[in-house]
Amino acid sequence: MSARILFRDVRHWRTGARVTVAVENGVVVPVPAHGFEGARVFEAPDAVLAPGLVDLHVHLREPGQSAKETIASGTRAAAAGGFTAVACMPNTAPPVDTQAWVEWVLHRAEAAGHCRVHPIAAVTAGQKGEQLAPLQAMAAAGAVAFSDDGAPVADAGIMRRALEYARNTGRPIVCHEEDPSLKNDGVMNEGFTAARLGLRGIPNAAESVMCRRDADLAELTGGRVHLAHLSATQSFDALRDAKRRGLPVTGETCPHYWVLTDESVADYDTAAKMNPPLRSEADRAACIAAIVDGTIDCFVTDHAPHMADEKDRPFAEAPFGIVGLETALALTITFLVRPGHLTLARAIELWTDAPRRVFGLPEVSLEPGSPADLVLFEPDAEWTVDPSRFHSRGRNTPFAGWRLAGRVLATVMGGRITHEAAAEAGAAEPAMTAEAAR
Amino acid sequence: MTLSEVTLHAPAPTGAGHFRTPSRRDDRHLLGLEGISRTELLELLEDAAREREWLRSGAPNRDDLAGCSVMLAFIEDSTRTRTSFEIAARRLGANALTFGASASSLNKGETLLDTMKLFEAMGTQLLVLRHGMSGAAGYLARRLPGVGVINAGDGMHEHPTQGLLDLLTLRDAWNGRFEDRRIAIVGDIAHSRVARSAIAGLSALGTDVTVCGPGTLMPAEVEQLGCAVAVSVDEALEGADAVMALRLQKERMEKGLLPSTAEYARVWCIDAARVARMRPEAVVLHPGPVNRGVELDPSVADSERSVILAQVQNGVAVRCTVLKRCWAAWKEAA
Repeated sequence: MSARILFRDVRHWRTGARVTVAVENGVVVPVPAHGFEGARVFEAPDAVLAPGLVDLHVHLREPGQSAKETIASGTRAAAAGGFTAVACMPNTAPPVDTQAWVEWVLHRAEAAGHCRVHPIAAVTAGQKGEQLAPLQAMAAAGAVAFSDDGAPVADAGIMRRALEYARNTGRPIVCHEEDPSLKNDGVMNEGFTAARLGLRGIPNAAESVMCRRDADLAELTGGRVHLAHLSATQSFDALRDAKRRGLPVTGETCPHYWVLTDESVADYDTAAKMNPPLRSEADRAACIAAIVDGTIDCFVTDHAPHMADEKDRPFAEAPFGIVGLETALALTITFLVRPGHLTLARAIELWTDAPRRVFGLPEVSLEPGSPADLVLFEPDAEWTVDPSRFHSRGRNTPFAGWRLAGRVLATVMGGRITHEAAAEAGAAEPAMTAEAAR
Repeated sequence: MTLSEVTLHAPAPTGAGHFRTPSRRDDRHLLGLEGISRTELLELLEDAAREREWLRSGAPNRDDLAGCSVMLAFIEDSTRTRTSFEIAARRLGANALTFGASASSLNKGETLLDTMKLFEAMGTQLLVLRHGMSGAAGYLARRLPGVGVINAGDGMHEHPTQGLLDLLTLRDAWNGRFEDRRIAIVGDIAHSRVARSAIAGLSALGTDVTVCGPGTLMPAEVEQLGCAVAVSVDEALEGADAVMALRLQKERMEKGLLPSTAEYARVWCIDAARVARMRPEAVVLHPGPVNRGVELDPSVADSERSVILAQVQNGVAVRCTVLKRCWAAWKEAA
């Protein structure tokens, strides 16, 4: 079956120009002069066509935690959010720390078929921070990076060895920066709100001292460090300094750090509990500044689904994390593009070309020959976040009921439609036609 | 809040509904002193003073709480708070039952919510909760629609009936005038629910609060709670109208927050010389139990300036007031 798709008179994500893009056999092809028989036609005058979004930091929870999320449900959520590729973290149960588990994840993702999945494998066996995992074998099996996300490598000596050893694979170590002794029993950002609520705080320094350590280890070893989900002013500064020093260090941040502050935790709202925690207003401003000045290399969601029961507990008992795949694009448009911090083209680049560069994933463009991994979205369409309609099993979002701008109309991965807004009951019908073009 | 009221650039309302405290005050609950107005506080204290007279008079039990099932759930150990709630509930004619964590299904892995739902199903109308987690009382208030929840201490958050008994004690010492007064709170502010409730109540009544303690036991941005921070005890006590010493838990030493009890006592213990820095009529409070020679010198703990036993006596009175108030609101809502 050679699926044909035609995006007619849509706006080019980078130039804003009206373009028509044709897809056949999984790739972008030159627009045929006469007809394109059997093609599915998308015609939406206000919609923007871009390469499919990429999220380098998601938790798909399999193997072992399928009550929270499965590879199938998580990748379906990704498609709904406009993503055509995600990189999934290895802190599952058991952790993805062998070649066999990397292959298993790839196999499950292939079977689901909603989104490309690039496994990130554990740095150490069992994520225990002691013995190196077989990084070379896992890279050969398809691991795009290594990380002990959720269980940071506390021992600087082990991190040094990991960076030296990973250097041969050419792949980065994604560092969840958290000094365990500074985080201690903290459950939210250290500051006034924590003092008022009587909750134990996590200081900015718990993150930033580790950013500084790993930047210096990148210098020592020449290994590539990618700083995960940065939240604190001092961490953005550490990344900025590392780049100034010409070190092989990159970094990412998440929508919740440019949208929310720790005041969202009051009063004991577990939907605002994540790690790193929501920080102060000054940190939120520093996050936006680091995005605007190019310090931040790419955006990620840190999509972290949990069961409703797990979040429905006293604050200190509830797990860290929120879902993010299905609100990411809209939070970017609403809180970075609309207020004028970024152009739409730059914002989209931070979800597309930029993360592909960081992990060395194949390039995607709207030009003939490119893989047909594409997203069509309406930047000005407003919608209300309703977690009951998420495709993810996780409904744990602090954005329930928020009205946001930017709605995905269709996602195409490898030339196949993986998500289509019009197919969903109750959604406003976009201007699309399905008849064959002549 | 309906969805149509949500505007695009007004991110103030966050959260997935039931995880949050409802914005409307519900007087069936007493979760903290934060947010309670000066007028309300003074009314509560006035009523508690009347209850104290009644309790002292030795008059027979009353039936204010007739028909009310009170569950005293103490998931964390307590002596004075638990017994004084029990006395108050029984003196006012409630059916009071005490539940401790030790022999319970909580130890078998049942969640707090599931256990408390049992009590709701068994007809509990008022729940008095002591729990080690901040926000636990507010959480149950949201999740148990038919139950009024009285916070008897939630983690490091608040202990509102302790706060009220402290206010009642100071009301006596200060002849009913809270303005133009200053109190020093000394010790482990970071972990203290007693301090948080005291700061909230005293700030509402116009009293200046100065906090003082080791840097490792001070919460970040504590001054934003509405209090001044003093570097030394001497500075904090100079000219003060009262001092509240907080209990020092042994585990603070174990966790490396302090070098030793002896070092703490040397720097922070309130002795006669330090008491002398305060105004002549100033009083000494302590929520108990006192570590003698650590937070308070024995000569101070037993001196006429100490109002520690008055605090205990006032505890029964304010708990009578609080139980009556929550039961009245419960009946009205029913």
